[in-house]
Amino acid sequence: MSNEVKHREPLFHIAKRSSIVWWKAWLVRLGAIVLAFFFSAVLTVLLTGENPLDVFSSLIKGAIGTNRRIWVLFQNTAMLLCVALAVTPAFKMKFWNIGAEGQALIGAMATAACMIKLTGVLPAPLLILAMFVASVVSGAVWAVIPALFKAKWNTNETLFTLMMNYIAIQIVSYFSGEWAVPKGSGKIGIINGDTMEGWLPVIGGKNYLLNILVVAAITVGMYIYLKYSKHGYEIAVVGESQNTARYIGINVKKVIIRTMIISGALCGVAGFLLVAGTDHTVTRDTIAGRGFTAIMVSWLAKFNPLYMVLTSLLIVFMERGAIQISTSCGLNNSFSEIITGIIIFFIIGCEFFLNYQIKFREKEGK
Amino acid sequence: MSGNAAIELKNITKVFGSIVANKDVCLTVNRGEILSILGENGSGKTTLMNMISGIYFPDHGQIFIDGEEVVIRSPKDAFKYKIGMIHQHFKLVDVFSATENIILGLEKKGKYNLKAAAAEVKSISEKYGFEIDPMKKIHEMSVSEKQTVEIIKVLFRGADILILDEPTAVLTPQETQKLFKILRRMRDDGKAIIIITHKLHEVLSLSDRVSVLRKGEYIGTVNTAETDEAQLTEMMVGKKISLNIDRSEPKELEERLVVTGLDCINREGVKVLDNVSFTAYSGELLGIAGIAGSGQRELLEAIAGLQSLNEGSIIYHDPKTGKEENLRNKTPRQIRDLGVRLSFVPEDRLGMGLVGSMDIIDNMMLRSYRKGKSMFLERKAPKDLAMQIIEDLSVVTPGATTPVRQLSGGNVQKVLVGREISSSPTVLMAAYPVRGLDINSSYLIYNLLNEQKEKGAAVIFVGEDLDVLIELCDRILVIGSGSVAGIVDARNTTKEEIGLLMTKSKTSEKEE
Repeated sequence: MSNEVKHREPLFHIAKRSSIVWWKAWLVRLGAIVLAFFFSAVLTVLLTGENPLDVFSSLIKGAIGTNRRIWVLFQNTAMLLCVALAVTPAFKMKFWNIGAEGQALIGAMATAACMIKLTGVLPAPLLILAMFVASVVSGAVWAVIPALFKAKWNTNETLFTLMMNYIAIQIVSYFSGEWAVPKGSGKIGIINGDTMEGWLPVIGGKNYLLNILVVAAITVGMYIYLKYSKHGYEIAVVGESQNTARYIGINVKKVIIRTMIISGALCGVAGFLLVAGTDHTVTRDTIAGRGFTAIMVSWLAKFNPLYMVLTSLLIVFMERGAIQISTSCGLNNSFSEIITGIIIFFIIGCEFFLNYQIKFREKEGK
Repeated sequence: MSGNAAIELKNITKVFGSIVANKDVCLTVNRGEILSILGENGSGKTTLMNMISGIYFPDHGQIFIDGEEVVIRSPKDAFKYKIGMIHQHFKLVDVFSATENIILGLEKKGKYNLKAAAAEVKSISEKYGFEIDPMKKIHEMSVSEKQTVEIIKVLFRGADILILDEPTAVLTPQETQKLFKILRRMRDDGKAIIIITHKLHEVLSLSDRVSVLRKGEYIGTVNTAETDEAQLTEMMVGKKISLNIDRSEPKELEERLVVTGLDCINREGVKVLDNVSFTAYSGELLGIAGIAGSGQRELLEAIAGLQSLNEGSIIYHDPKTGKEENLRNKTPRQIRDLGVRLSFVPEDRLGMGLVGSMDIIDNMMLRSYRKGKSMFLERKAPKDLAMQIIEDLSVVTPGATTPVRQLSGGNVQKVLVGREISSSPTVLMAAYPVRGLDINSSYLIYNLLNEQKEKGAAVIFVGEDLDVLIELCDRILVIGSGSVAGIVDARNTTKEEIGLLMTKSKTSEKEE
């Protein structure tokens, strides 16, 4: 190495920010979204030769182009938000529940099972109640099993909750064969399509309105629970430091189990709303990856239920728009996923610049 | 530049976010000299040394070695310039022997020859007077031996500029004397030695010159022979302060906590408490002295209900009802429900006593949030308490809603101690309550402990500075390897007596 090089500082180094003004933070986020659009545009042109402006206009059209699309957008947002709200108390407690997919799916399965087996046995209102209870209980059970093992033997909850997903998926597969309509199709099909028994009532003439309202209520409830209740306080303390929790006499195991019951039960509710409110059937894909996307929604919102409304809306907006891009530009589905991926990458990546700053070498006057 | 300066720093500045850790610091160390860097915690001593040893990179300023400007970008660069740093926290592999640790990471050509290395370790030891068995495994070593390994490690690599970060914090008075002897021998051998410390008497007895830092700024350098404690304190703190503790005579002594025969075996199967018995009286300040990690933490945690015990009893005498309760193996909640007003200032403030990310109000709530039947939190009383503590103890904070992690060490401790004494405890335990605090905050804490004693609490104080323990406490319990080595009257004891008790259990290897 020459002497010249030896005397130089490194070109840049990274320093932690102490704080950032709120408007600067939003400017960084906005910049990230603009950059994301720019990169996806470049990629679109390079790969497909399409005009990027067309691509983006189909993105927006796909998300909010028609009245129906707007309702679908809201419905999907509500469902994603519901699962995100469910995982939030667990994540706040630093219990890495990545089993929301399975907890919601088993809730969906329980709902469908009640619809199939109890139709005609119970009067309609009681049937819906039974479906609801079954979904909540099954979701809670699915979540509390890893929690019990964690509390008792300190097993790794990440692997455990993940594995529980596969069990739930296989259970649904099994019953899809068992209860298939018509026999041998491997699909349960629309349940009670003729009588609509066990279907959630349509209010205000809008198909999805009830689901959306239920999730809105859960959002407010979760916000209050985490911020103002003693339980919420205990969750925060356990998440920050189990030693502090023990020091002030919180029963850490009890809090872990209680919180996971709540988390799983809410996942069950999401499954219930999907089956009873919109799908009226259950398949392996009923939850459609929301159990994992929800984790991102929750993190991006820094576990604040009110911000989660925004983050889930943003992600669903992108997904819906990207689907439209693939159809209208005649591209396959993977292309929409590439674009969603780019956009989410930039949104998450910009968090780095909110926490750190890059300092370049100053020019020296020598 | 100057002829024989081994290392010279010029206008070194380092900024972390909005915090200026070092501002325009200049200093020089000559060969054959011991320089002390003196400053309170947070004054930027360690940051400065980390820049010399390649861990941080300065934002501004120059470093000269033997008069030539150098750029130190990594610890490897530092070794190239023969700079060796001995960190406060040792970086050794437990299951390796001393020699294996010493040669670990060396990129030397040729065959791996453990025997030759061990021989070299031995010759270094003999040259400077270290006592070490090159083949002994680290996990079998005492703290002082581990430190020796760290020092030999840098000497082995040929370091002739040595930096020691708070080397005496973990040593007994006798071990400290031994270390100083070795350092003097190295100085006479022509090495440049920098020692970071905040203990004044060590500075005076060891170093040739002292450089003082205050809040990241370089205050000045004085020759040790021409200075005294008062001047150094003034340079360190920025104003004259009187360092007096008003110790009152204990009165109305009553048995408050009778501890008998505590045995505790930890998860690794090590006996951390061995037949510990003592009595804490109301209106008395009982000090606990010992080398760090001799069972102090387990003892306090056992009393607080955080550590399960294999043997023994902890009998609490209730001052109101006169009833006796055994606290052994009760949870903190059960202890509280019994009406025992036990307060505990743990060693790990932000990891146990407080929640760093929560604000002062929510941290007040830790002790009281359960009150009332409602399922919702009541934030009015904790808020009042927070405001009161901020005012009474003059906590420097932007407000009661600032996360405690953002406060300085002293203010964090004020918040914690303030909360713990707000419940007018009958037993108050504090583990290393002034560690990392500046001088003013330390004396505030001492006075608060004294005040609680005068109010009739049984105060138990685990400390590390023997001078303070002797000045502050009524009795001092000396703990060594988990057992009580003796209980002495603080008014009629000496540091040497306590130091001997601290190492009593392993007398065979000590004494010169």
